[in-house]
Amino acid sequence: MALLEVDDLSVTFARRGQRTVRAVDGVSFSVDAGDVVGLVGESGCGKSVTSLAIMGLLPKQPGLRVGGKAMFDGTDLLQLDDRSRRDIRGRDIAMIFQDPLSSLNPVVPIGLQVTEVLTRHRGMKGDAAAKEAAELLDRVGIPDPKRRLKEYPHQLSGGMRQRALIAMAVACQPRLLIADEPTTALDVTIQAQILELLKDLVRGSGTALVMITHDLGVVAGMCDTVNVLYGGRVVETARRRPLFREPRHPYTVGLLASVPRLDAGRGERLNPIPGSVRDLLPWPEGCAFAPRCTRRVDACVGEPPDLVLTHDGRSYRCINPAPLPGIVPTTAAASPTAAASSIAAAESADTADGDGPAPVIGAEALDAGTPAGGPVPAPREEEKS
Amino acid sequence: MTIISGKKREKIDRLAELAAREEERGVSLWQDAFRRLRRNPAAIVGAVILAIFVLVAVVGPFFVPYGPTDTIGIREGVVRVGQGLIPGHSAEHWLGYDHQGRDVFSRMVVGARQTLLVGVVATMIGLAIGALIGGVAGAAAGLGGRWGRWIDTTLMRFIDMLLALPSLLLAVSIAALLGPSLTTVMIAVGMVSVPVFARLLRGSMIVQSNSDYVLAATSLGVRKSKIALAHVLPNSLAPVIVQATLTLATAIIEAAALSFLGLGNPDSATPEWGVMLADAQQWIGIRPALAIYPAVAIIITALGFTLLGEAMREALDPKLRK
Repeated sequence: MALLEVDDLSVTFARRGQRTVRAVDGVSFSVDAGDVVGLVGESGCGKSVTSLAIMGLLPKQPGLRVGGKAMFDGTDLLQLDDRSRRDIRGRDIAMIFQDPLSSLNPVVPIGLQVTEVLTRHRGMKGDAAAKEAAELLDRVGIPDPKRRLKEYPHQLSGGMRQRALIAMAVACQPRLLIADEPTTALDVTIQAQILELLKDLVRGSGTALVMITHDLGVVAGMCDTVNVLYGGRVVETARRRPLFREPRHPYTVGLLASVPRLDAGRGERLNPIPGSVRDLLPWPEGCAFAPRCTRRVDACVGEPPDLVLTHDGRSYRCINPAPLPGIVPTTAAASPTAAASSIAAAESADTADGDGPAPVIGAEALDAGTPAGGPVPAPREEEKS
Repeated sequence: MTIISGKKREKIDRLAELAAREEERGVSLWQDAFRRLRRNPAAIVGAVILAIFVLVAVVGPFFVPYGPTDTIGIREGVVRVGQGLIPGHSAEHWLGYDHQGRDVFSRMVVGARQTLLVGVVATMIGLAIGALIGGVAGAAAGLGGRWGRWIDTTLMRFIDMLLALPSLLLAVSIAALLGPSLTTVMIAVGMVSVPVFARLLRGSMIVQSNSDYVLAATSLGVRKSKIALAHVLPNSLAPVIVQATLTLATAIIEAAALSFLGLGNPDSATPEWGVMLADAQQWIGIRPALAIYPAVAIIITALGFTLLGEAMREALDPKLRK
């Protein structure tokens, strides 16, 4: 059984006099112990709200409605009362936030903030707690931890702050760690260090990690399974390699195509997805991505596309998915690298043969034949545990 | 390329060293604010004024040349009020005599102690009660809980009621209720500043309750009471402390006003600037200086507190930080 099983999670914000906002709309995914699962999407696609809803951290306001289930080790996190929820937070599930500076209390020394968690969940006090805190800082790679314990957040560099936050999160060896864009506020070189640290911590302890990010480079380097979100729904789920090699949902295709590449020609422009997240169609009226989709067909508008399950464990929510390389002749050119341009070509071909909504294909057989080297910005093979 | 002279190079090295040392020496928010305070001329002026005032108030009474209640002028026959004779400054009596023949300089110095006492105690009363009410309301409103909104609303409506009354009227009614005495003045002036402290701390706490570090602490399972006390409160105190400094100034003025209205200390044996001002108005035609001395003293002291308070506000405001 999965460690965390999110089933049909929905979050709506209702305000008097305003349209009800459905930020998360039936999201389902599961996380196995020791797994790294990515939630990927643009800003506003509901990835942060999903994580806050699981943690029960959404601000309590009259119009907030959270539905569905989030089963963590047999208990539904959404049904817990405040007290047991507080007991679980920090001990079994911990979270790492985006901005390490504002997530640390500016007037309290780092040491106190770390020992606070130890006192709360492990009952440690005084010297024992201070010693453990120093060890934790040491474990997350903060040099001279004894001195750092007495320092204030503004005296630490951005990377150090994020390390300190990570130390607080892993203080009680939680079984699930949720990282909400943990590297967004950091320099690129520091990003790599922090990701490496997270990977080490997860690998050593059997902790599961939910990685929320918009950065496909992060996904490529870390995640075992990837869930792509759009407009509050999961539009595609796949293991990392198949996803990068042969994305099916046009949104994933677009995301991958828009990643800047080192081997692109000098004058070459980036391939953005046209439009913005705000141009979305409400799901009940069709596919939310339809207004921006290059593979749109008439059937996309009207009713929402069902989730298509392929028998290699992938799923996507599209009635006209990007073809698998090697099936449709035109896709020889349609390696996702040049997706935007090739989609147009594929589209003209597709409309002729009318690709069915559920092309269940023997993907293992295909796997061998597909050309290696998608648009993955260096997914290091040896790290796939 | 210009060649830097040896002396100049030395200076640059020294500055660099100083900067490095300052960088290295770990500083907290308060130490940082203090450092910026020292660079602000207004703060220095305010601090000097206050230092002199406090020094005079604390040790002055031991060194005054005459007793503050000694009617020496009458005894020596120099002061004859009936004939409009109240002598001004002289070598023996620097600020002259008052209408009862007492040495004004001695009374001013001794009065400083009363004034400081009233200002500090009144501000403490206001700060303590205001911070308690505001802190509870702010914690309840910011961190919620089942009764959060209810507690907040109840407390703040009470504060609004206090705020609706003009401050001097409120002070006069309290002073009239309790009967004129020094304690009354302190309580009355303190109560007047309660709503300001309460609203300030509540607002500041609500803002802090929505910050990322509170969310982060919540995500680690820290209890609400702990979050309120260890995280939200220390971050919300800066504006309250600034306000306390500014309140000291208004407290001194309001205490003087109450004394002036006859609601202050009835015992004229212990001189107080406000009482002296009130007494002087009868003789303002003969010797206006009698009113001017305490008035100027009140103004300068209030100015000192205000300068320091404003400078502290600037030093503690993160938005004004360079």
